[in-house]
Amino acid sequence: MSTLSLDLQLLNTLAALFLLLAFAMLAQRRVVGLVDLLALQGTLLCAATLLLAWRTGERHLYFSAVLTLALKVAFLPWLLHRLIRRLGVYWDSEPLINIPSTMLLGLLIVIFSFGLAQPIAALASTATRNGIGIAVAVVLLSFLTMITRRKAMSQVIGFLSMENGLFFGAMSATYGMPMIVELGVALDVLVAMLVLGVFFFQIREQFDSLDLHHLESLREDT
Amino acid sequence: MSATAWLTQFLEVLAALAAAPLFVGWVTQCRAWLQNKSAPSLLQPYRTIRKLFHKDAVLAEHASPLFRFAPYVVFGAMVCMTAIIPSMGTGLPFSGAADAIALVGLLATARVFMALAAMDVGTAFGSLGARREMMVGFLAEPALLMVIFVAALISSSTALPAITDSLATQPRGLYPSLAFTAVAFLLVLLAENARIPVDNPATHLELTMIHEAMLLEYSARHLALMEWASALKLFNYACIGFALFVPWGLATGAAPDPVALLTALPLLAVKLAVAGAGLAVIETVSAKLRVFRAPEFLAAAFMLAVLGLLVHLLLGA
Amino acid sequence: MAGNPLDPLSILLALLAAWVLIGMAGLARPASLRLVGRLLFPLGALVGAAIAVVALVSIVMPPERLVLAIGLPDLPFHLRRDALSCVFLFLLGAAAAGISIFSAGYFRAGEGTAPGLLCLQYHTFLASMGLVLLADDAYAFMVAWESMALASYFLVTTQHRIPDIRRAGFLYLLIAHVGAVAILLAFGVMQGGTWQFTFDAMRSASLAPAWASAAFLLALFGFGAKAGLVPLHVWLPEAHPAAPSPVSALMSGVMLKTALYGTLRVAFDLLGSPAWWWGLAPLALGLFTALYGVIFAAAQTDMKRLLAFSSIENIGIIFTGVGLAIVFNGNGMGQLAALALVAVLYHAINHAFMKSLLFVGTGCVLHATGQRNLGRLGGLIHRMPWVAWTTLIGALAIAGLPPLNGFVSEWLLLQAFLSAHEVPKAFLNMLLPLAAAIVVLAAALAAYVMVKFFGVIFLGQPREATLRHAHDAGRLERIGLVWLAAGCVLLGLAPMQLIRLLHVVPEQLGIAPPLAAATSWWMLVPVAGRQASYAPVLFLVGVAVTIAATIGGVSYFYHRRVRRAPPWDCGFVRLDARMQDTAEGFGQPIRHIFQPFFSMQRELPTPFDAAPRYRVEIGDRIWSGIYLPLAQGVHRVAQSVAWLQQGRIATYLLYSFATLLVLLGLML
Repeated sequence: MSTLSLDLQLLNTLAALFLLLAFAMLAQRRVVGLVDLLALQGTLLCAATLLLAWRTGERHLYFSAVLTLALKVAFLPWLLHRLIRRLGVYWDSEPLINIPSTMLLGLLIVIFSFGLAQPIAALASTATRNGIGIAVAVVLLSFLTMITRRKAMSQVIGFLSMENGLFFGAMSATYGMPMIVELGVALDVLVAMLVLGVFFFQIREQFDSLDLHHLESLREDT
Repeated sequence: MSATAWLTQFLEVLAALAAAPLFVGWVTQCRAWLQNKSAPSLLQPYRTIRKLFHKDAVLAEHASPLFRFAPYVVFGAMVCMTAIIPSMGTGLPFSGAADAIALVGLLATARVFMALAAMDVGTAFGSLGARREMMVGFLAEPALLMVIFVAALISSSTALPAITDSLATQPRGLYPSLAFTAVAFLLVLLAENARIPVDNPATHLELTMIHEAMLLEYSARHLALMEWASALKLFNYACIGFALFVPWGLATGAAPDPVALLTALPLLAVKLAVAGAGLAVIETVSAKLRVFRAPEFLAAAFMLAVLGLLVHLLLGA
Repeated sequence: MAGNPLDPLSILLALLAAWVLIGMAGLARPASLRLVGRLLFPLGALVGAAIAVVALVSIVMPPERLVLAIGLPDLPFHLRRDALSCVFLFLLGAAAAGISIFSAGYFRAGEGTAPGLLCLQYHTFLASMGLVLLADDAYAFMVAWESMALASYFLVTTQHRIPDIRRAGFLYLLIAHVGAVAILLAFGVMQGGTWQFTFDAMRSASLAPAWASAAFLLALFGFGAKAGLVPLHVWLPEAHPAAPSPVSALMSGVMLKTALYGTLRVAFDLLGSPAWWWGLAPLALGLFTALYGVIFAAAQTDMKRLLAFSSIENIGIIFTGVGLAIVFNGNGMGQLAALALVAVLYHAINHAFMKSLLFVGTGCVLHATGQRNLGRLGGLIHRMPWVAWTTLIGALAIAGLPPLNGFVSEWLLLQAFLSAHEVPKAFLNMLLPLAAAIVVLAAALAAYVMVKFFGVIFLGQPREATLRHAHDAGRLERIGLVWLAAGCVLLGLAPMQLIRLLHVVPEQLGIAPPLAAATSWWMLVPVAGRQASYAPVLFLVGVAVTIAATIGGVSYFYHRRVRRAPPWDCGFVRLDARMQDTAEGFGQPIRHIFQPFFSMQRELPTPFDAAPRYRVEIGDRIWSGIYLPLAQGVHRVAQSVAWLQQGRIATYLLYSFATLLVLLGLML
């Protein structure tokens, strides 16, 4: 094994932990646990951004890190916890396919992402380009989390995790996005959260539960 | 092979035989301390084994010769395992006869014979224990093999002493693949050695038994050998963990230095003490899983091992 | 051309002809069990042993050919003996020797077919399998293949008065013929325009990659149907239990391997250098088959169906190895391809011994108790010690425990997989270690299945009172059992020489260079030079010495007194034999974990039933999802065509008239 500098090793470790958290989300049944994992993801992202900022000396990455800390570690998890308390969804029902099969599917997705990312990573010029594979894997895994869940809250958390993955990918490939883009994405996420929050209450009023299969009754009866 | 290599070999086996019950006693004591109970003395497992050897064996009326022979096979398999695992040195003459995959094969042999012996008496408890043990075993074996695979990939060999040597000489640093694999190994250790959260080693209720159910019909010297063999199994697993993840301080090379051998023994004792305390903490903090959550537990171990492999292939770390 | 009568090929042909003669001699007095049992079958066993010896000795000799003027005037039989044929001939001879000597004591009168006729069918089966392995042109191959299928069909339907057995035979014949059609098409593609159907012509024909791939896939389909790859496996669990036990042993142990022979012959010999991506099909199919087979085996309640599914699992592992070998070969990693190929061949030989041993063991149990259902057996180790202990060796061998033979082939295959990350293709270097994990999972589940098999039949208490009258195997049956068990032990303890011989096969096929260093006689080092070694004899000695030392130490320092008492019953006074685990109970964890694979129908008792019943029926999703709709579709098409059969003579005359008009019109 090659001897990398300490900060690169730390970045690699953080990348691996990031992937592990995405997997843990696949297997987690408690919605509160999902939110905690999301907060943990945000912390990892913040730490990785700070390390990268220290390593490359780019100042906008410091702002990025502070923004991540404020939004993803503090504000969004607080908002989600509040929603959970008000809606009373603490547990998710059994996922669509059982957990070992989901994890096996997740493994195949990881292999697919890694294989896909190898030629792309060859084009990038950063030292952390191996993280692109991990970012793609996290995005796809979060998508899988969204697909296999029944409660709307878990799907939203999957969506947020996807955004985390995209952010990580941007960081590994190009040392972060331009500030404008980042602020734009953050605003989008915020608005999405607010709108979804409103929708949750409407769904609950209509069906008395946040189980998504109730939505299937909203279709034309032919 | 030099004389010190043979000395290392025999010392390892003797140390394992002597220290395994002490290790189990230490884990029990730590657990009791953490749970605010007063523990039996550290030497209690020795007294139990000695007492059992003195007793007359009581066998079921229709127990077959397989039932009487199985404890010896299980014990023999565990002792042979200690001869292959580098707990004090890596210059082991017998390691050429069996590599890490054969080690997993030895574990499988012990498991199969225990299960067959449990089915031999023909009561509900034995077959229940056998069924559950095989269920845990068939999931734990791939996970353990994947852990060994990752280690073998990194060191290009499947012989445990070679793996240990290669891992001990790696440049210091953070290796996430090894970290994932270590967690996977820990989960497999908990499952295979009948520890909480998979099985309760102190229970006698059939709803929660896996390992104890298989030993229900044994008495006297057979039970003593089985108990000693389970202590040896835990000891061996701990030593495999050290060889893979904490491989420093061993007497390395085909002709090991006698001084290094002398320092390896106390170092092993320190490692075991820390590991025993850690195991007690994990057991105290976790709750026992339902039997059908055990496959998910082991699937998690398997996934972690495979993730470690993939991360190694991608990140090169 | 081999004209010298002392050439191995001529000797082998003479021995095969001896088998046919022995078979025909049975027709002299068809009803005489003594002639068939005391004379003919032991003679057949001797011939089998001779074939094994000759084949083993001639593996290292260069290939030789022969042209026999049998067959049609312009299509003589071309025959060729090379290392690949010799390996499979060794397998055939050695396994057949043990099974034949067992059958000498096994067949009883009054079980359907007359003994003499059975002798003819049996030996024709053996001889046609031998001819398949020696055939060097498509015509001889197909003649031998079809005789093999027909002879085995008659053997399967020995007890033809039972409708279920007739149905099983029909299904078997149907899928065998579907496979044979595919093989014929493959040969048709491989001749590449020369219209010569000898294998030499196929070797020298250069096909476009698309045609070569088509030929390979057709051959894989055809040989996979015979081998039992999913989804063409549905005949195996029906035919193997229906046949008498020695026939099941032959089919499982030897006939399935002829399909492996065919695949290897087509992939590596006739099609020249296979493309690497061809290997993905057998790899994926093999993995799925292995997992499917072993999961279903864990849920069975009939002992022979359990063994049939276990055969499916082993075939899956074998084809996974074949796929791996093709992938390695296509990527230029010749040494590793040779390692994978050797592992596959060794596993085939192992499986022949292990599975035959288990099947003949169940034959003894069936004769002694009349029961095939696992729920009515138990505790037979006391009444049938010979059968029990030899079957234990077979069960431990299939479970892959060292130092028996199953472990050696598994070890070699895992060593080949360990180097799979060096393959330079993007996804493969990550998928192949995952494939290794699935192989290990299948192997671990095989141990589960074997504990269930042995434990429920031989251990515990007898579940039926009639089991107390079970008798042990007869003298000839014992010889067969011991032969096969000894084969398992020997193949496990002394694999090195045989592996050195097996390595000649990839050398002759042009995959790898010859082994440079001389291998030691007691340590197995994989040919790819990794730092891994396994010395089975030392291993066994180590374990045996430890066990002996323990026994000695215990009796020296303490004592060996024993008292007998009833088993512990937890205070419940009326424990009986029905309270131990049934076969369904033992398989329940697997059914629970792998639920999506099964289609289960359960009938659970309610608290209000006067006579509570529990019933579970496990169906094959592939049968209900693919075969039944296919059969219904064919039926519907047939019915729509039946419209043509109006029943009136005038209509039929009209058909003939219309055809005549069309033909005359075409001539214009």
